[in-house]
Amino acid sequence: MTQTSEQATGGYSLESPTVNALWSRKYLLFLHNVTAVFDGFTALDIDDIGIRHNELRVVIGPNGAGKSTLCDVITGKTRPTTGSVYFDGEEITRLSDAEIVRRGIGRKFQTPALFDSLTVYENMELSLPGPKGIFSALFATRRKVEQDRIMALLERVKLADNVNTEARFLSHGQRQWLAISTLILSDPRLLLIDEPAAGLTDAETELTAELLLELRDKHTLIVIEHDMDFVRQLDSPVTVLCDGKVMTEGTMDEVRRNEEVIEAYLGR
Amino acid sequence: MSNRVYTVDALIKRGYRTKSTVGLLNGCVAALFLVFALMLPLLAFYGLVPIETVNMAGRYLAFGIVAMGLDLIWGYTGILSLCQSLFFALGGYAMGMYLAHHGNLFGPNGIPEALYVVYPYAIGESKGMEVLPWFWMPFKSFNLTLLLGMLIPGLLAGVIGFFGFISRVRGVYFAILTQALTVAAWMFFSQNNMKFCGTNGLTHFKTIAGHSLREDPVKLALYGATLASLVGVYVLCSLLVRSRFGRVLVAIRDSEVTLRFTGYQPFAYKTAIFALSGAIAGLAGLLYTPQASIVTPSYMEARWSILMVVWVAVGGRGSLGGAVLGALLVNLLYNTLTSQHTVLGVTWKPDYWQFVVGLLFVFVVLVLPGGLVSLWKKYTERIAVET
Repeated sequence: MTQTSEQATGGYSLESPTVNALWSRKYLLFLHNVTAVFDGFTALDIDDIGIRHNELRVVIGPNGAGKSTLCDVITGKTRPTTGSVYFDGEEITRLSDAEIVRRGIGRKFQTPALFDSLTVYENMELSLPGPKGIFSALFATRRKVEQDRIMALLERVKLADNVNTEARFLSHGQRQWLAISTLILSDPRLLLIDEPAAGLTDAETELTAELLLELRDKHTLIVIEHDMDFVRQLDSPVTVLCDGKVMTEGTMDEVRRNEEVIEAYLGR
Repeated sequence: MSNRVYTVDALIKRGYRTKSTVGLLNGCVAALFLVFALMLPLLAFYGLVPIETVNMAGRYLAFGIVAMGLDLIWGYTGILSLCQSLFFALGGYAMGMYLAHHGNLFGPNGIPEALYVVYPYAIGESKGMEVLPWFWMPFKSFNLTLLLGMLIPGLLAGVIGFFGFISRVRGVYFAILTQALTVAAWMFFSQNNMKFCGTNGLTHFKTIAGHSLREDPVKLALYGATLASLVGVYVLCSLLVRSRFGRVLVAIRDSEVTLRFTGYQPFAYKTAIFALSGAIAGLAGLLYTPQASIVTPSYMEARWSILMVVWVAVGGRGSLGGAVLGALLVNLLYNTLTSQHTVLGVTWKPDYWQFVVGLLFVFVVLVLPGGLVSLWKKYTERIAVET
């Protein structure tokens, strides 16, 4: 554990909050000493995790390793029991979920969360960046620039033919893509993508991987995944979670050779 | 078309030139309704239809207005409110106070005749020296009454919504909360503390804006005002649900959590739409009272809250036209089935109505969740596919 901690912080000890804040500036997202305890069960116990700007980080781990709890803590859905979360040099641990979204952390849930009785286009429209107040919604008009952006994104995920289809009629793969597209459209600085390949066919998985790799240049991404083949396609640094703790970090190949990881995956 | 995957719009996009057909059909229905609604006073004017029928239609149109407000909050936003009847009654009482002020007055302080029967002699007041409570005063003015009749229920809805939604009370809990408030208000109004004549209600109305309520032209004008308000509210609500605001409402119904993670504050939208639906119900109450010539706390009883939900459910949730249709049809049915008929020696008793309305609700929920409008939608969509 200490080893991982030193890797993330470059060997500095993180004692005073000021130092934390200074250090976290180097990373877009920085978690320090975060624990989440539910009824005495420690779902998450992380010393340090830092995500650099424009990094694609994959988080893997067996069932119940705390991957989704990690997402919940970052997005403010769950308050951590102890510890701090820094985003872009500022502490966001105690902010509301809506405020965290406004700061620029977007999330795709495990099961794609869409508005089922709105069309594909309307789903996209609600994700447009910009004011989200009552009055701006009352007088919003369809602007050409926005329309073009939406159509370009939908074209990329092969949904351009379905703009006027209500989301409930989409296939599972299409739902995943629409959820990712709405997330991309909202232009967050950090994208948390929870199990994008779950339940997809091989061809669909491939497109999803391509899509995420394209995003790497302009965005910072955390991809939570279960599917090892998919993770290999992403070819990015991997953090392994097990029992709520960071087990190891490294490239996919390093991680795959790690005895502990093999045991954690096969031992269950 | 084994299973319909595309909406009508999507089919149009795929080369079916049918938008005009469907639009034309919907337009025809609206036009037919308007022609019929405008014919009614004309027929009454020439004595072909009794004026009471127009009066009744006017009251039912007022119910149609409440139904649209309820549809905004329940059909579109997915929040079941059981206090629309309270907002309706508040509008009704506002108008009731205005009308009472302009009926027969007694005493040096001008106490409305309606209060004469139940006026309690509070400490310091002796017979002939009665004073009206201060909050009765603004309702002497017609314009102020119209304003307050919508503003008070609107604001009350805003306050209930604000505290309810900010603490994330939702679903059945919100329905129970609103029902409880309505019952509380009913008990409050049933006593005479605010000098609202208790369960007797306000009555003995004589004039509105200087014209006698007994005259036929005044009754026709009230009907006209109700119809105009209905059309106005319909247009306003359609614009609203077609805007991005409307899509946010539907998004709240579908998944509020997702909407929060999209950066919206659902509670602000919910509060706003609830306040608007309250104001709309208040408007309906304002229009209803002079046509019913009485306003009593019975409108705040639980059965009225449920009945309003039945109107919208029967007509079709999430469709403004459907809500109006439901309100009109259920009330016409009520009108027919609450009078005694004898057909082939079998006597229909008014009491049976309660069973009918209960069965109607169960039927709609089980068989026709989209209401009557869903049948029409299916029909027009089939046309859209076939042509």
